[in-house]
Amino acid sequence: MKPRSSETILDQSYLETRAKLLEIAAILDRIDRAKGSQRKLSGDAANRREQLTEAINLLLGESPDRAEQIQKLFSRQYDPDWRAAFDLMPEHASTSASESRES
Amino acid sequence: MDFIDPHLHMVSRTTDDYETLAKMGCVAISEPAFWAGFDRGSVDGFRDYFEQLTAVEARRAAQFGIQHYCWLCINAKEAENVSLSREVIAMIPEFLDRPGVLGIGEIGLNKNTKNEATVFLEHLDLAIEHDQLILIHTPHLEDKYQGTRMILDMLCDDSRINPDRVLVDHVEEHTISEVLDRGFWAGMTLYPVTKCTPDRAADMIERFGGERLLANSAGDWGVSKPTAIPDLIFQMRRRGYEESLIRKVVHDNPSEFFAKSGKFAEPVR
Repeated sequence: MKPRSSETILDQSYLETRAKLLEIAAILDRIDRAKGSQRKLSGDAANRREQLTEAINLLLGESPDRAEQIQKLFSRQYDPDWRAAFDLMPEHASTSASESRES
Repeated sequence: MDFIDPHLHMVSRTTDDYETLAKMGCVAISEPAFWAGFDRGSVDGFRDYFEQLTAVEARRAAQFGIQHYCWLCINAKEAENVSLSREVIAMIPEFLDRPGVLGIGEIGLNKNTKNEATVFLEHLDLAIEHDQLILIHTPHLEDKYQGTRMILDMLCDDSRINPDRVLVDHVEEHTISEVLDRGFWAGMTLYPVTKCTPDRAADMIERFGGERLLANSAGDWGVSKPTAIPDLIFQMRRRGYEESLIRKVVHDNPSEFFAKSGKFAEPVR
């Protein structure tokens, strides 16, 4: 496979990306229009709006894994000790597998 | 190009979809047991469903020259009813010797609860006792990362599990590396809003290569596209991928994994 150059990818994706940015801009405008000049978002809505802002900020970074970072931003936290909390300890434990688990 | 859709809920699709899939190059489908859109009330409801999966759908697919395979389980959304789940798990062996049954699936988590984990572990016992392949459903959206990690913990903590006989489905950018690094097969679901677009799937192939990586449409009764794999093929060709790499992901990898069941026949033109 001959890899595409950055210039080629940008050229092929430019209009699509521009259109997606406009869609996001229009959605944010729509949210602001609906809430009016005085009223602020509250509760879950405020938290979700803040998450969107954080995601947009991630786009501005230079990291090569922006998609993965945004996925994690929108994810619930993983607790490596969840089995103890659920009282579901392994019955057929694999020593090597257990040792390789992230702590 | 001939392709195999390793995850497609044809009980929810029309016969026209079979015809369209055949015309687009689909040679085989595997259909996991899943949630019907409502909670079933009895073990007999599942017995009828498994009859449909193992007999009716195979006949419907055969009309269009498509091989049909399936997987059996009670899905995670209904696992909150632990007593019904145990009745269904006890009944599943009635169907395991049928020719199109590849294994146990799609088992997994939905909201990552204790009951779901309990039923998942009991499905693993069933698969191991009957030497079955395993197909895993990972949760949606904000539950995916946590749920995938929990599922991998349960699989890796069990010394009886061979990762080479397990396909972990619906991987995305934040879960794919954990799945592949631990030796499992990984499936990318082409579900544009809640899972993965053909473009992002092609990105993951670029990052991780084609080894142990599959793609599927997971077409069902919701908004979905059973012909999503041809979209991925088209996207990969636009990027200049070798035909051999495309074929590996959409045909050869599912063939290789399914063959481990001892029941899969390589589709021949």
